[in-house]
Amino acid sequence: MKFLLIPILFMTLVLNAGAIGVDKDRLQDPEQEARAQHLMKQLRCLVCQNQSIVESDAELAQDLRAIVREQISAGKTDPEIFKFMTTRYGDWVLLKPPFNSATVILWLGPIALLLVGGFLIFRTIRRKPEQDIARPLTAAEEKHLEKIIKGDNQ
Amino acid sequence: MPLKRFLPLFVFAGILIAFMIGLSLKPSEIPSALIDKPVPDFSLPPLQGDGIGLSTEDLLDPENIVIVNFFASWCGPCRVEHPALELLSKLDGVKLHGIAYKDRPKNSLSFLKSLGNPYDKIGTDLKGRVAIDWGVTGTPETFIIKNGIIRYQHIGPIHQIQVEDRILPIIRNLQQEGTS
Repeated sequence: MKFLLIPILFMTLVLNAGAIGVDKDRLQDPEQEARAQHLMKQLRCLVCQNQSIVESDAELAQDLRAIVREQISAGKTDPEIFKFMTTRYGDWVLLKPPFNSATVILWLGPIALLLVGGFLIFRTIRRKPEQDIARPLTAAEEKHLEKIIKGDNQ
Repeated sequence: MPLKRFLPLFVFAGILIAFMIGLSLKPSEIPSALIDKPVPDFSLPPLQGDGIGLSTEDLLDPENIVIVNFFASWCGPCRVEHPALELLSKLDGVKLHGIAYKDRPKNSLSFLKSLGNPYDKIGTDLKGRVAIDWGVTGTPETFIIKNGIIRYQHIGPIHQIQVEDRILPIIRNLQQEGTS
């Protein structure tokens, strides 16, 4: 029976591959279909919100997949398709948020934190252990010392 | 020097404020992309017969504040908000139109027959493509429009308490906007 294991393993792999984008009306041209799926992976399903429209079986996601395919076969470019989506659903529909004034903290925050943290660590490492530095006595101290030695410390 | 001692407290206060703001946001409410934009171009058939049920032209009404409500007979929350729609439809200077979303006209008609029809005009969006042009993510969803410009989008059912608290003030503001 062992000889069956490998074919069975391969069969499950094939089933998995088929599970991505369950639609029947895929594009004929495999290159276009690949492009469509690449775009769909970057678009958020607005019903389930944290899945892409490829992963979701929500009706709206199915409709949006159909629209992506239609527009690709109509010869639309990727930016045109993204534009179509964002004019309707805002930047929210993009799983990768664009860089703008609203997302500046999101994009630059981690870099800023890394720089601040790095600076703090750098400073801590560089800081020398505190030590008493010998310095000559001031004139007043000299006098005071002299008095002590003489024994009339008033 | 005393300031430096309180630094952890300031940092903590900062994090606390960030959390208070962050946790009060509602991630399920999708920020609308169509506010202050003109209504999409569309023309939909009526529930019965031929011709045009509802189209962009109906929404350009300069006399009235126009409300467009996406609904469906299969949508439970649409039943919940029905009394609120009845209320809105009776307001002076307000026109309420409906778009039946992915609903068999027969079912929409019996839905309206049993609950009452608050809509002035109704379009049927069988494929839900017009809804996508409006940035609709599901029913019910309601848009408040003035002079063909979308001014407010309400996602989910309008509860009766929200009519008083949210919807009516918006309508009054929009009505006053032009006159003053």
